Amino acid sequence: MANEEFPLKKVCIICAKGTIEDVYAALVMGNGAVMEGIETKIFFTFFGLDAITKKTMNNLHTGVVGNPAMRMPGGLPFPTLLGVIPGVEAGVSAMMRSQMDKLDIPSVKEFLEMIDAGGGELYACKLAMDMFKLTKDDLWEGVKDVLTVGQFYEKCGGLQTQIIFT
Amino acid sequence: MAQKIYAGVPVDVNEEGYFTNPAQWTREMAGEIAAAEGITLTDQHYAILDFLRERHARGETLTIRSVGNSGIVDIKGFYGLFPGAPMKKAAKVAGIPKPASCV
Repeated sequence: MANEEFPLKKVCIICAKGTIEDVYAALVMGNGAVMEGIETKIFFTFFGLDAITKKTMNNLHTGVVGNPAMRMPGGLPFPTLLGVIPGVEAGVSAMMRSQMDKLDIPSVKEFLEMIDAGGGELYACKLAMDMFKLTKDDLWEGVKDVLTVGQFYEKCGGLQTQIIFT
Repeated sequence: MAQKIYAGVPVDVNEEGYFTNPAQWTREMAGEIAAAEGITLTDQHYAILDFLRERHARGETLTIRSVGNSGIVDIKGFYGLFPGAPMKKAAKVAGIPKPASCV
């Protein structure tokens, strides 16, 4: 069995989107890898930077317009037109965060702390930082470094390594 | 079902070595299972094992976060006590099934 012979040793995850669900996909997969004892590196770029920016990390939002997978509580489709009403998006995002809290899913900050505590490494993309005029001081203190894409790839070498784009 | 002998007593385990019947576990066995994982148990390890067994007996889903909030150890300390994959290793040593949780 290839799985037993060549277990995953390292995962490099790229988080490029800043909605609640995209960020959590990256964090759950990253933390899951850390918990398995797999070396883990997460690279935050473009709107994904919101997840490690102090000002935005605990107030992420979800897309209620043009999101065909969006449902009302109860399962009926969520009309896109409803999403343009002021306050609706904030309500949906708040509901999503409270639902996750009930399931014992940690906040973004706590998730990052868990990954950091287990030895997972968090990196920010230099190009996106320049674009959004962010400095290292704007980022959560557990972020290890600001890297160019080339520097990140240098860290992604080795056998039994996977790069995951969420 | 496979069997293993810990502290001179045969116990039922699954193919990955996790206890299938937590009632067969004793504290004496824990030291032996831990040694096979390269861990020497301290009082703090035992406190975590008791915590996990108690939560498991109550039917709770075990998460690394619950251990971090247990007051026994923080998450970083937990990784230090059971290096590598702490939830899996601690569950194995505690004689409970492999945790089925994504967080």
